[in-house]
Amino acid sequence: MPKLISGAEIVFKALEDQKVEYIFGYPGGAVLPIYDELKNHKTIKHILARHEQGAGHAAEGYARSSGKPGVLLVTSGPGATNAVTALTDAYMDSIPLVCISGQVPTHLIGTDAFQECDTTGITRPCTKHNWLVKDVNDLSRVLHLAFEVATTGRPGPVLVDIPKDIQFKKGKYKFTKNSFKKKLNGKATHKLSNKELDKFIDLMKTSSKPIFYTGGGVINSGPDASKYLRELVSLTGFPITSTLQGLGAYPGDDPQFLGMLGMHGTFEANNAMHDCDLMINIGARFDDRITGKVDEFSPKSKKIHVDIDPSSIGKNIKVDLAVVSDVSELLKSLIKRFKEKNKNFLNSNKQKTSKWWEQIDKWREKKSLNFINSNKIIKPQHAVQRLYELTKDQDTFITTEVGQHQMWAAQHYKFNKPNRWMTSGGLGTMGYGLPAAIGVQIANPGKLVVDIAGEASVLMTMQEMSTAVQYKLPIKIFILNNEYMGMVRQWQELLHEKNYSESYTAALPDFVKLAESYGCVGIRAKTPDELDEKIKEMIDVQKPVIFDCVVDKSENCFPMIPSGKPHNQMILGPEEDEEISDEGKILV
Amino acid sequence: MPKSKSAYSVPGKIGKTERHIIVVWVDNEAGVLARIAGLFSGRGYNIESLAVAEVDKKKHISRITIVTEGTPQVIEQINLQLKKLVPVHKVADFKRGEKDILFRELALFKMLANSKKQEKIKKLCKKFNPVILDKTNKSFVIQVTALRVDIDKLALDLKRFGLISTSRTGSVAMTKGAKIFN
Repeated sequence: MPKLISGAEIVFKALEDQKVEYIFGYPGGAVLPIYDELKNHKTIKHILARHEQGAGHAAEGYARSSGKPGVLLVTSGPGATNAVTALTDAYMDSIPLVCISGQVPTHLIGTDAFQECDTTGITRPCTKHNWLVKDVNDLSRVLHLAFEVATTGRPGPVLVDIPKDIQFKKGKYKFTKNSFKKKLNGKATHKLSNKELDKFIDLMKTSSKPIFYTGGGVINSGPDASKYLRELVSLTGFPITSTLQGLGAYPGDDPQFLGMLGMHGTFEANNAMHDCDLMINIGARFDDRITGKVDEFSPKSKKIHVDIDPSSIGKNIKVDLAVVSDVSELLKSLIKRFKEKNKNFLNSNKQKTSKWWEQIDKWREKKSLNFINSNKIIKPQHAVQRLYELTKDQDTFITTEVGQHQMWAAQHYKFNKPNRWMTSGGLGTMGYGLPAAIGVQIANPGKLVVDIAGEASVLMTMQEMSTAVQYKLPIKIFILNNEYMGMVRQWQELLHEKNYSESYTAALPDFVKLAESYGCVGIRAKTPDELDEKIKEMIDVQKPVIFDCVVDKSENCFPMIPSGKPHNQMILGPEEDEEISDEGKILV
Repeated sequence: MPKSKSAYSVPGKIGKTERHIIVVWVDNEAGVLARIAGLFSGRGYNIESLAVAEVDKKKHISRITIVTEGTPQVIEQINLQLKKLVPVHKVADFKRGEKDILFRELALFKMLANSKKQEKIKKLCKKFNPVILDKTNKSFVIQVTALRVDIDKLALDLKRFGLISTSRTGSVAMTKGAKIFN
């Protein structure tokens, strides 16, 4: 007869058996028995956030930068509803999260009790699965299943709702390896047939204008996937572009890399996507920021789509060859097969794709990421470039908020390793970056973690600076401060006749003083002359920093695919029709 | 500058829609119907009719039959999205009109009618396995099983004969012959 232990203890036993080291959370009435149990489990450290959304994003940052699932502990009612944004964000960007929420005691469920809400009902559309545990003897099975669902297949968030009486009740604990071998939801383990691989290789062999289009799936598949991707790209000599989420899977400064694609992607990446005759999508999902107008998306190409989630294939774009697989496994077998059959591929292919590369080089000559720099005022792109130059020699982790600064960061910061870039792509959650940086710093102590932020976004979760100070996490909040919701203002300028409706923030706080009041360091840079020196100062400080980088208020993010347009109709800049002298441009 | 006042693309061409019957085997657990229905409403799919009941008491498996309409791409998405749900065991998909599939709906009609009229009504329902479930001097309740279109038509015809209440189920489906859904 196994020993009977309380539900709260079962929770921690399960977390221990899942090798959880950190949980991010916020206590409250309905989750107090679990918090009470915390003291008895020394291997698990709790990080107290200042808001459940912050706890959720911190767990996301932890998960994205470490490859391990993030764990979140919140109370019932408002605790759970505050976590919804983070759960939805994780759902859209395929981040494994396990959220444990307290619930009112079972006998009060449905009575509109204090801090009661239908947590499983509310979170059903934003989790892979959720459970309301009404029997303490189900608890250990459900918790282990929750970890399995969150981390297998296409990763994502799950939620386990535990009523307070279940946390007190005594029950049996069992560490069962769940047999959750659901073919389509689990790690796709079906062995790829040589026939499938040969079809894949044949398409690559016959193509004269190929392109790799890779996404977050490569990152989620683990570090091996990035390694194999680099090998395959170098074996084939094909050009490669990446989505926002996929940055870092392939070195950003490699000559075969065309930069990010999509709405604010490079001219060469988008044109290559439009004109290619073979598109090899690995772990990306044909998101609408990527495809633009679906009817005119890459009209002349054959398309291969590799995805672990069968429902991603054919959702937005029809493809010619669909491969349901884990990226790492596919690439491994593909490279093996490729090497067996096509020893001289690279040489014979160089000729075949030489014209294609010539064309790509022509597109590259447009230098679409150029901007007109100034020596009076800090251009936001320049700030990101300087940050990159001054941090590229150390292992740096970048998070972002959402908006113009996010796109500039994606365009101008070059990532060479996976899991170094944490950004809210699918949901586009302003306020993601600061708490995410906290999670990243927890997972990567001693490393430099910078949140490239906008002043509007960062104010949405600014309270988490207090968390950073409490746990001595020296995160750097690098705010490109233009006093506007920059991306909103840009759309209003381009699409709404410059009616800047509610996109200016009057009465912003003094970020330097704000930093000081939190007990961290505030730094302000106002001119290009002092920028480098101040950035270096920021890097050297061993405390959390809020860096107020005062930038040009009216700068827009280019290049840009306007709405409803295909990839080959990009706007390159504000003075598109005028020739900008090379001196006026800054090379990227 | 683009005319569209949106940061999203304009809708493309919409293909021709088809009607499909989708059969889903699920664990009969709390919230499972909400998961299925929520998937449809959340992704903008359409549920025309729905029939649910537990078919395996021991394993607690329910069989859900959903009639839906969509372009082939949407129907494929519905299938794939359903298969991703944790409590879903398997999904079968049939196009309306496929030859080797049986579809049936059940309807109850309450009629205000004297016995003379009742005979006429029974005649009208003859093809659809009519069963009289309740009978008084002034009224009766008749049960029929048929295809959706037939019941639609019948309900229209019965209006003239004093139909005062209609209750209908969603469609259920089964393959012909010895074969079962895999």
